[in-house]
Amino acid sequence: MALLQISEPGQSPDPHQRRIAVGIDLGTTHSLVASVRNGVSECLPDDEGRVILPSVVRFMPGQGRQIGFEALKAAATDPVNTIASVKRFMGRGLKDIANISKLPYQFIDSDAGMLSLQTVQGAKSPVEVSAEILATLRYRAEDTFNDDIYGAVITVPAYFDDAQRQATKDAAQLAGLNVLRLINEPTAAAIAYGLDNASEGVYAVFDLGGGTFDISILRLTQGVFEVLATGGDSALGGDDYDQALADAAMAQQPTLQAVTAQDKTQLKAAARAAKEGLTQADAVSLSVSLSTGSLACQLSRAQFEQATQHLTQRCMTAVRKVLRDAQMAKEDVQGVVMVGGSTRMPQIQQAVAHFFGQAPLNNLNPDEVVALGAAIQANQLAGNNAAGELLLLDVIPLSLGIETMGGLVERIIPRNQTIPTAMAQDFTTYQDGQTALALHVVQGERDLVQDCRSLARFELRGIPPMAAGAARIRVTFTVDADGLLSVDAKEQLSGVQARIDVKPSYGLSDDQIATMLKESFTTAQADMKARALVEARVDADRMLLATRSAIQADGHLLSEQDRSAIEALMAALQAMLLTEQEAQVLEDATQALAKGTEAFAAERMNYSIQKALAGQNIQSL
Amino acid sequence: MISLQANDFELFDVPVQFAQDRAQLDARWKTLQREAHPDRFAAEGTAAQRVAMQWSVRINEAYQRLKDPLKRAAYLCEMQGCPVQSESNTAMPAAFLMQQMEWRETLDDTTHAEGLEALAAEVAAAQRHLHQDLARLLDQAQDPVQAVGQVRALMFIERFMQDVNAKLDRLT
Repeated sequence: MALLQISEPGQSPDPHQRRIAVGIDLGTTHSLVASVRNGVSECLPDDEGRVILPSVVRFMPGQGRQIGFEALKAAATDPVNTIASVKRFMGRGLKDIANISKLPYQFIDSDAGMLSLQTVQGAKSPVEVSAEILATLRYRAEDTFNDDIYGAVITVPAYFDDAQRQATKDAAQLAGLNVLRLINEPTAAAIAYGLDNASEGVYAVFDLGGGTFDISILRLTQGVFEVLATGGDSALGGDDYDQALADAAMAQQPTLQAVTAQDKTQLKAAARAAKEGLTQADAVSLSVSLSTGSLACQLSRAQFEQATQHLTQRCMTAVRKVLRDAQMAKEDVQGVVMVGGSTRMPQIQQAVAHFFGQAPLNNLNPDEVVALGAAIQANQLAGNNAAGELLLLDVIPLSLGIETMGGLVERIIPRNQTIPTAMAQDFTTYQDGQTALALHVVQGERDLVQDCRSLARFELRGIPPMAAGAARIRVTFTVDADGLLSVDAKEQLSGVQARIDVKPSYGLSDDQIATMLKESFTTAQADMKARALVEARVDADRMLLATRSAIQADGHLLSEQDRSAIEALMAALQAMLLTEQEAQVLEDATQALAKGTEAFAAERMNYSIQKALAGQNIQSL
Repeated sequence: MISLQANDFELFDVPVQFAQDRAQLDARWKTLQREAHPDRFAAEGTAAQRVAMQWSVRINEAYQRLKDPLKRAAYLCEMQGCPVQSESNTAMPAAFLMQQMEWRETLDDTTHAEGLEALAAEVAAAQRHLHQDLARLLDQAQDPVQAVGQVRALMFIERFMQDVNAKLDRLT
């Protein structure tokens, strides 16, 4: 007889009350999905028991697609249509991609925006390719729980800039996921590590993945994960080590060349296998048949280390810089947590051990730790662990600023500021009678605009004509908890305003996303209208639930009159919840309730802050 | 009742003065963020999230200002009716400017990390000295006019320290 199940105290026994939330590590070489089940975070396997999904998508003639291991197998025979390491192209233009001649793909450039890839199914943007991977993981989770997913936490490299973050969020939206939060990969790893080991103190997370490198310094205290500083290189990873080893092998037979797409893919695969072999062995042999002849050679670990020394050096330079940013000495670091498959390379282990003067911590599976941490945060954000003590205080990795006269950058938010944050600066006009102002938003550490990443351009128009220097234009940058930027500009004397959510130049417009959604597989078979209605119902339900629990907790803050106004709005929404067939009508009623509870929400927040302060005083007495 | 309009000191419930206990500020910051951070409201409506965002931003702003001696001193001067006006007022005593020029020359002439580190230590000592002086002027003497002058000096020194660090970055 099967044993009866009893739920853990404090956890909801009713499966419908429990929201299924997942953490997704969308990696350069492979991706994973994890979730908290019975209080334990675990990676979800596919139906063959594998937790890893290679981040490879193959577009086949017609409508077909292969994703993961199947696509990986086809890479050698159909390289042009089999897209691997697409993460390196997220939020990037063609000019940003190094070593483009060594990649097998047909790139399409667009002047201001993200590049795309020409496939047998037409041009595909990196966002669409990533959405295929995310949707595959979403289906895996839905199949596992036999239920819909409430929301997901998606991880991004800490060093991702605004364009790359926005592209990731767009991909999740395209895959039909409700993004609870984007969190940084090293921070996610720190959650999994810190909670597992009950660690306190200052830790470094060294995260070398397939295509990105992050180094974060965190302070862990009683469930608070405070990022002190973060640094790295969003175009440095195991892929570069593969390429360097491939180059070293080719240099042994200078008459050979990798010309065709197939050559390039096979050479890269052979180099990767050789690299993995060199983790254990002192020497390996590499052989690959290219269109120009057969390459066969011996490669030693010493040769590998020599050929990649400059890459390891780049990692360690970033480590030194981040310690300075955190105002910490290497002796202050209690432990170095290693994350990412590329940290298995002996030269990385040695370089880290040598620099910090201590053995790095390798006791977590470097492939899984990011997804596991993301799942823990997702579970808490979904409200399943209301008493949870976990608090993330993360930072922005790169300074944000605005172009001023002469192509110089004026920094508005310096790097390593804790998010969410808002900072403002006043600017003025350059000429007499100037009525408009062009604002160019950039991200990066260099002083010249041309050396920074351009994020967006917008204009403030309708400034009344004044003498040069008389106008007071306040530009406010706001970075939310996902690390995404929005910009406001307001002329103080006339009140003229302009605002932008920074996404146009590298991201996708809402219209583009809507078009893609229509065309995409995620909705091809489903009726768009039905989907919209379901989403509107979920939102309405969420809003009702939230309001009800708010009234239950803090109803005493409401006057009789305000309370009945809110209750009337709730009743109106409740009445139409199951019968209303028009998504728009439901959305409007939800919106009305949201608006009607705004003042109450503000009041509650003030009240809880007050309570928190009072609690602090009692503690310190 | 505390509100978004409260000043930094009220918000953190610490005395309105220059001398502050950094550990206490850190602890208060975390206590406040535990209540107000948008992550706490991710499962609630957009209204609650927007309010949380406002509070969380405000708490971070106050923390940045309170924990940094220069920003804290400038804020106190402004609260006492003596804004620093760093853009329009750059007049400094001659002796101070001489010292700055000497430091600049040392920075330009030094090509070894050890030399730069010695310079950095000297500048750091000058910083600490100014911090002590600000504590005296703001907390004991109640002299914001004098304090504003020292805040400006501190600004010069911090900018110089950034240049020293930038050169150290290039050398190491």
